[in-house]
Amino acid sequence: MDIFLQQMINGLVLGSMYALVALGYTMVYGIVNLINFAHGEVLMVGALTSWSVTVWLGPHNLPGWLLLLIALLCAVVVCSILNFTIEKIAYRPLRNAPRLAPLITAIGMSLLLQTLAMIIWKPNYKSYPILLPTEPFHIGQAVINPVQVLILVVTAVTLAALMWLVNRTKLGRAMRATAENPRVAGLMGVRPDMVISATFVIGATLAALAGVMYAANYGSVQHTMGFLPGLKAFTAAVFGGIGNLAGAMLGGVLLGIIESLGAGYIGIVTGGVLGSNYQDIFAFVVLILVLTLRPQGLLGERVADRA
Amino acid sequence: MALSTPTSVPAPAAAPTRPAEDAHRLRRRVNYVLLGIGLVVLPLVAQYFGNAWVRILDIALLYVLLALGLNVVVGYAGLLDLGYVAFYAVGAYMFGLLGSSQLTDTFESFKNAFPNGIHTPWYVVIPLGALLAGLAGVLLGAPTLKLRGDYLAIVTLGFGEIVRVFMNNLDAPVNITNGPKGIAQIDDMDIFGLNLGRTHELFGFDIPKVTNYYYLFLILALFSILICWRLETSRIGRAWMAIREDEVAAKAMGINTRNLKLLAFGMGATFGGVSGAMFASFQGFISPESFSLQESTMIVAMVVLGGLGHLPGVIVGALLLSALPEVLRYVAGPLQQMTDGRLDASILRQLLIALAMIGIMLSRPRGLWPTPEHGKEPAAEIGPPDPDNPAVPQRVTPQTSTVTNAVHGGSGTRHV
Repeated sequence: MDIFLQQMINGLVLGSMYALVALGYTMVYGIVNLINFAHGEVLMVGALTSWSVTVWLGPHNLPGWLLLLIALLCAVVVCSILNFTIEKIAYRPLRNAPRLAPLITAIGMSLLLQTLAMIIWKPNYKSYPILLPTEPFHIGQAVINPVQVLILVVTAVTLAALMWLVNRTKLGRAMRATAENPRVAGLMGVRPDMVISATFVIGATLAALAGVMYAANYGSVQHTMGFLPGLKAFTAAVFGGIGNLAGAMLGGVLLGIIESLGAGYIGIVTGGVLGSNYQDIFAFVVLILVLTLRPQGLLGERVADRA
Repeated sequence: MALSTPTSVPAPAAAPTRPAEDAHRLRRRVNYVLLGIGLVVLPLVAQYFGNAWVRILDIALLYVLLALGLNVVVGYAGLLDLGYVAFYAVGAYMFGLLGSSQLTDTFESFKNAFPNGIHTPWYVVIPLGALLAGLAGVLLGAPTLKLRGDYLAIVTLGFGEIVRVFMNNLDAPVNITNGPKGIAQIDDMDIFGLNLGRTHELFGFDIPKVTNYYYLFLILALFSILICWRLETSRIGRAWMAIREDEVAAKAMGINTRNLKLLAFGMGATFGGVSGAMFASFQGFISPESFSLQESTMIVAMVVLGGLGHLPGVIVGALLLSALPEVLRYVAGPLQQMTDGRLDASILRQLLIALAMIGIMLSRPRGLWPTPEHGKEPAAEIGPPDPDNPAVPQRVTPQTSTVTNAVHGGSGTRHV
């Protein structure tokens, strides 16, 4: 039972990070029908930027939370500019091209960002400084540390803010209209280009948040760190029903829980034949199962055009 | 042997032809013969400068094989497969297990059954590799058939990762793949008593291992080109292209899209499996590291860069990208010193590949050497966005069944 509780907590933390990244995928996909392969790399850039900031400001003896906040803000700004530029340079000219073209550009962009990050930050693993107190809280037999609590809180607040943004503000309405039909939205006075740029910026913000959390939680950063979370977050977005915000959140959290429960129990269930080093497989198995059995995802309703 | 392909181009025996046509055909045949002689002599010249150069040629030919296989899936059938390297891995590990002491070391029963160790001959290994990889391809294809381009890409990518994770972890509880350490001391190919791993002497020439393999790979590559070329013009090939262009229309024309897509997956995987087996015996060592996602991306880049679905384009793409790092090695040395070790040949290559992928997609979305289209302006397909409102599609599909179709009309995203 204590394993269960502990794995649930781990899964929630992992899942909330997936959810943040998945939202970026799902919003972009909902509006321009493009899998932004470079999204995971944006997360990586966010994490590495914040690492650089903590290294630069390290000697000033700022309190940990302030340092983290500054690093986070820098990461958000850098990622937003980056994603905005990517969309402008690489995706916008291809908006009406054959369908494989933007996808391949996106893969190229992902490779480019990874390579550039490797050149700028060098390929070694860098340990992320511990900025928050590490004294864990006890819940029954399980433990949760302050970073993880912070991750859960920040995710919840961000998700609420995003829901408000999309459902209650003018920009949100423009986004929903563009997702439905950019041409008609344009006729109604929405500027689809601006809305798409805004979507990429919002997605980048979420990715940067997730990146910093990821780095703070796992304590190391490297130029390849964005790939797996990106892929799994995409899985989460598909799981929940791509194009659907609530679905992305639900999918992210569920995927995180499935992964950590899977990793926790696979050894016991299979009698030690398979170990927790198979953790990464769960996401892909879930993905294949979802796409085969329920291609529209858990909360998705539009079937015909999705799979 | 290399000369047989060009001359096998059938000429109508007694058909009376005009002299100009005759001359043209003759010139073409002479060109083919010259190309053939060039390909045969090339390694002999290269080995004069050192075996490393022949090795580069070998690797380039392997990549040509891989790119040709992926071209069947991506180029002909239009199914973006980002996990292609998994089939390559299946072929390589199959040969690794059947051509080394890995299995006999692990299993007592194998050791008793094969006291001299397992040494599987080539005429078993090559078909078996093709078969296994083809099966894997069909297995992957079956659940993903309903998926459209971008979903398919992600699922295949996930499949590639799953295969890699298994290769990495199948050293416990039973040691099958030897995990991250990989399998070493894999047999060399032995064809009709001719051991390709040894140096042979022919007309006073020394033919070392790399050159032996060059000829083997060359034969395979030519054979594959022949297969692809025949496929392209066959009923199956045309059906694939119809599916690529418009699946609904293809279906309406009576094409069994399900079976044909499965066939494309299987066929493409077959090439991957064979090249994997070749890779294993050529290197003598395999580990999961050789089958990373990067490798998949690289092969996709070759196919896309050269020109999707166009054989000469794909071959050129494969040769360009596989030879690139070796050329870069000479540039990279000074560059590495200049940049404090941040830029080395492999990073530079990755950078160039990434830039090329983006740049070529933006400027020539159909690749460097694309298929000439029959009576179709390439520009009409990808019209420049309207400067006033780029989101408005240039060519709206008249019958839009779904909302997104209206949104992305002209992007060819019509679904089943």
